[in-house]
Amino acid sequence: MVTLAHYLVLSGVLFAIGAGGVLLRRNGIATLLGIELMLNAANVALVAFSAFHGNLEGQVFVFFVMAVAAAEVAVGLALLVAIFRKLQSADVDRLSAMRW
Amino acid sequence: MELAIFYLVAAVAVLSALVAVAHRNPVVNVLSLIVTFFCVAVTFAMQGADFLAGAQVLIYAGAILVLFLFVVMLLGAPVVSGEETPRPIQKTLGAFLAAAVAAGAFFLFSSLRETGSNLPAAGNTTRALGRLLVGPHLFAFELVSVVLLAALVGALVLVKRKH
Repeated sequence: MVTLAHYLVLSGVLFAIGAGGVLLRRNGIATLLGIELMLNAANVALVAFSAFHGNLEGQVFVFFVMAVAAAEVAVGLALLVAIFRKLQSADVDRLSAMRW
Repeated sequence: MELAIFYLVAAVAVLSALVAVAHRNPVVNVLSLIVTFFCVAVTFAMQGADFLAGAQVLIYAGAILVLFLFVVMLLGAPVVSGEETPRPIQKTLGAFLAAAVAAGAFFLFSSLRETGSNLPAAGNTTRALGRLLVGPHLFAFELVSVVLLAALVGALVLVKRKH
């Protein structure tokens, strides 16, 4: 029988993998992919709690998270393209112009 | 039976997520993340969230990751996957933090003693979800459309070449 705990463990592990991607990779695209993975892990937890409580409000939340993720990706990728045009590289460590 | 399907889907999701994060080639990263999102859609369907399972496939796998793929192709996959500057302290701390989050989530959640099956009420949720969206959550729903428009305009402004 699949219980709430199963889905929460899956959600936690997916979130940790996404966080690891953001922390360990220097590539802008990999960083954005890690953020997407973390948002999705949160969605898994929201749907699990929604089904557990028999309340659809959690699913409404997931809907909004998806919309915000789409907006975030559009702006993030546009920033990445602009950075790439300036530096000829997607390595976020090269963005050191404002470093003191 | 249900448990076996869950373990299979979860294993595929975690493995493809690891590949999506760890592989050097960005095309492989994006394609592998599509597999993860399909698996997440399956877990949604298993919990009766049929509308969200469809939206997950359409929006994430169909739109967002195709956008990623588009940008990878636009910038040139070999260039994007070029050398990453190594930082030993960042590697150590990052790996430690991610492992700590994973272990913490695992032990915290697996100690939960909720034994009820996480199966939903029967029937499809699309109608009920639609009523919630244009009922109590109408303001947030309209606000999201403004957010999407702002993001669209912002993205266009950011990538526009100056003459």
